[in-house]
Amino acid sequence: MHNIFVYCEIEDGQIAEVSLELLSKGRFLANRLKCKLEAVVLGDKLDNIGKQIMPYGADVIHIADDKRLYPYMTLPHSAIVKGIFEEEKPQIGLFGATSIGRDLAPRIASALKCGLTADCTALEIGNHTENKTKKEYRDLLYQIRPAFGGNIIATIINPDTRPQLATVREGVMKKEMLSPDHKGVVKNVDPGKWLKDEDFVIRIIERHIESRKVNIKNAGIIVSGGYGVGSRENFQLLYDLAGVLGGEVAGSRAAVDGGFIDHERQVGQTGVTVRPKLYIACGISGQIQHRAGMDQSAIIISINNDPDAPINQIADYTIIGDLTEIIPKMIKYYQKNTK
Amino acid sequence: MKGLKIIVLAKQVPDTRNVGRDAMKADGTVNRAALPAIFNPEDLNALELALRIKDNNPGTTITVLTMGPGRAAEIIREAMYRGADKGYVITDRKFAGSDTLATSYALALAVKKLAPFHIVIAGRQAIDGDTAQVGPQVAEKLGLPQITYAEEILSFRKEEITVKRRLERGVETVSAPMPLVITVHSSAPECRARHAKYTIKYKRARSLSELQDTSEDYLQLQKDRPYLVIQEWSVDDIGADVEQLGLSGSPTKVRKIENVVFAGRESRLLSSSDDDIEDLMKELITNHTVG
Ligand SMILES: Cc1cc2nc3c(=O)[nH]c(=O)nc-3n(C[C@H](O)[C@H](O)[C@H](O)COP(=O)(O)OP(=O)(O)OC[C@H]3O[C@@H](n4cnc5c(N)ncnc54)[C@H](O)[C@@H]3O)c2cc1C
Ligand SMILES: Cc1cc2nc3c(=O)[nH]c(=O)nc-3n(C[C@H](O)[C@H](O)[C@H](O)COP(=O)(O)OP(=O)(O)OC[C@H]3O[C@@H](n4cnc5c(N)ncnc54)[C@H](O)[C@@H]3O)c2cc1C
Repeated sequence: MHNIFVYCEIEDGQIAEVSLELLSKGRFLANRLKCKLEAVVLGDKLDNIGKQIMPYGADVIHIADDKRLYPYMTLPHSAIVKGIFEEEKPQIGLFGATSIGRDLAPRIASALKCGLTADCTALEIGNHTENKTKKEYRDLLYQIRPAFGGNIIATIINPDTRPQLATVREGVMKKEMLSPDHKGVVKNVDPGKWLKDEDFVIRIIERHIESRKVNIKNAGIIVSGGYGVGSRENFQLLYDLAGVLGGEVAGSRAAVDGGFIDHERQVGQTGVTVRPKLYIACGISGQIQHRAGMDQSAIIISINNDPDAPINQIADYTIIGDLTEIIPKMIKYYQKNTK
Repeated sequence: MKGLKIIVLAKQVPDTRNVGRDAMKADGTVNRAALPAIFNPEDLNALELALRIKDNNPGTTITVLTMGPGRAAEIIREAMYRGADKGYVITDRKFAGSDTLATSYALALAVKKLAPFHIVIAGRQAIDGDTAQVGPQVAEKLGLPQITYAEEILSFRKEEITVKRRLERGVETVSAPMPLVITVHSSAPECRARHAKYTIKYKRARSLSELQDTSEDYLQLQKDRPYLVIQEWSVDDIGADVEQLGLSGSPTKVRKIENVVFAGRESRLLSSSDDDIEDLMKELITNHTVG
């Protein structure tokens, strides 16, 4: 009772990355709250799924294995998750902020009349004193999220209702395996208990899901490289930085023309227009055609060995120097100060 | 199919997209005066989807519902200029502070008041609260199926509608019976421009609160031309339980708000020294830009 539940999504027979990230975060929170971590998986042919989840620290795995449960459909999945939550009374429920999680979680929150916080970028445990009544609440989930187009960060709490539900985007939490030997209990759920014929009124006629595709447009953090990066090999540095920050890699046209990265990642007038909360321009001079695609970014960092590069005029921070020296330091000091 | 009844949910929002550097005051709060109030962008996509259904199904009516302050009637007029038939502003001080659960409770009651209907169409997400929760929650409260992230309506057959959905990494085509709730993705067609004929017809449509702020005599005008009345609904009009509205009906509470825009925002020059880089990373972590 009162455990932490993670709704796990299935992608090509595998647990989705975002779900593994949430399990990792869930494990951390469960240790903090001294409760159990439980996973919920709904799908078809889930024989091996328990093995994928356990190393991430789940103590209990609820599996509903039924061919009607894949691919995902709103009504059957929400009926079952709601049913499990009503029986198990979790204190926290986590969902990916994905096409699936953002379709499902609001329905659950509405049905259970509980709070749901969208697109959290951090989850912490803390206490709260209600201003008016001075009532004390212990061990609430602080759900930290950007809103207002990314211009503010709000800390949201649900003092009085349970479960406390939150969605989190892929790449925000860190995926960390607890132990390859961690063992949990599998509980097979009979979906028939909660499903009704009406839950299948929507029919999927066709699906085209592409394998992972670059999406720099929606990335909150973009590490972008220009001709100054020098080579395709050096671009690995940018991928490393983007990896630890949870961002995407992009580039200027000169970097694309130079064969350092693919055209789908080009930012600018003849590429994609992006508006991330953080744009790190590495070895980009900042010609107008490039700036047209990124000057609305909330914060711009320029890394350039030329103090007079035009990009510096619109940058909030300009680091003067060689990017091959600076980027590894950014990774190092990011990691040192987050943990 | 002939003559559908469609309800479009639309929200008036501050334009948070092109937040210039003057959009934040020196004290770090949002300078609302610098942010114009606009028709939520994806709600315009939703309206266009409704208008296309109307184009192909003569006799269809489109009713726009918005919850917000009295001046939200502006977006109802805007919708009428493009071909919507009428609209209601759900407005009452008791709605203030509603989170998505309380908002969807009120919207669902208002939708029920307009029943029977075939389709409720909402935007995917509003650009201020940014949650994308209201559409699915309204569907749940109405006990209806939902199709989220709609991009295109492919066909109507009997009572069934076929819709193409835009997912993160692909598309999905689904069929569903009506009534249902659809939320519309920004990749759907852009909304058409105002139509001259409707703009002239509805130019003087006003809500009651708007009339209170004007000296012109609209009352006679509205008596002669009832289509110029934009109705307002209060908590009582939709039969809502006050406890389920506003702050008391909202399980989520905002504990703290921080501004991510730096004070001043002047450019800072850093060297590649370890100290400079470590300070920068610490600053970015502290103000939640990263981490
Ligand atoms: C019609 C048209 C459309 C265009 N559309 C686009 C577009 O969509 N997107 C786009 O990006 N461009 C576009 N361009 C091209 C644009 O004009 C520039 O040529 C291009 O943006 C330059 O790319 P860059 O900044 O990477 O390269 P450069 O201008 O060569 O700049 C390289 C920068 O790297 C710095 N540097 C070098 N070595 C290092 C190092 N070791 N460490 C740190 N810094 C270093 C240099 O000081 C320099 O500032 C377009 C041009 C035209 C005419
Ligand atoms: C900083 C901040 C953070 C917040 N975080 C959360 C949170 O995490 N969880 C939460 O529950 N609430 C949250 N809220 C409250 C939430 O913004 C409001 O409840 C808001 O009225 C509806 O949410 P939204 O703007 O996210 O709409 P969305 O759910 O994004 O809107 C989707 C669609 O629903 C329709 N719609 C939404 N609102 C209306 C309306 N008033 N009238 C007509 N149609 C409408 C529109 O078609 C719209 O496109 C937050 C508010 C703030 C200021």
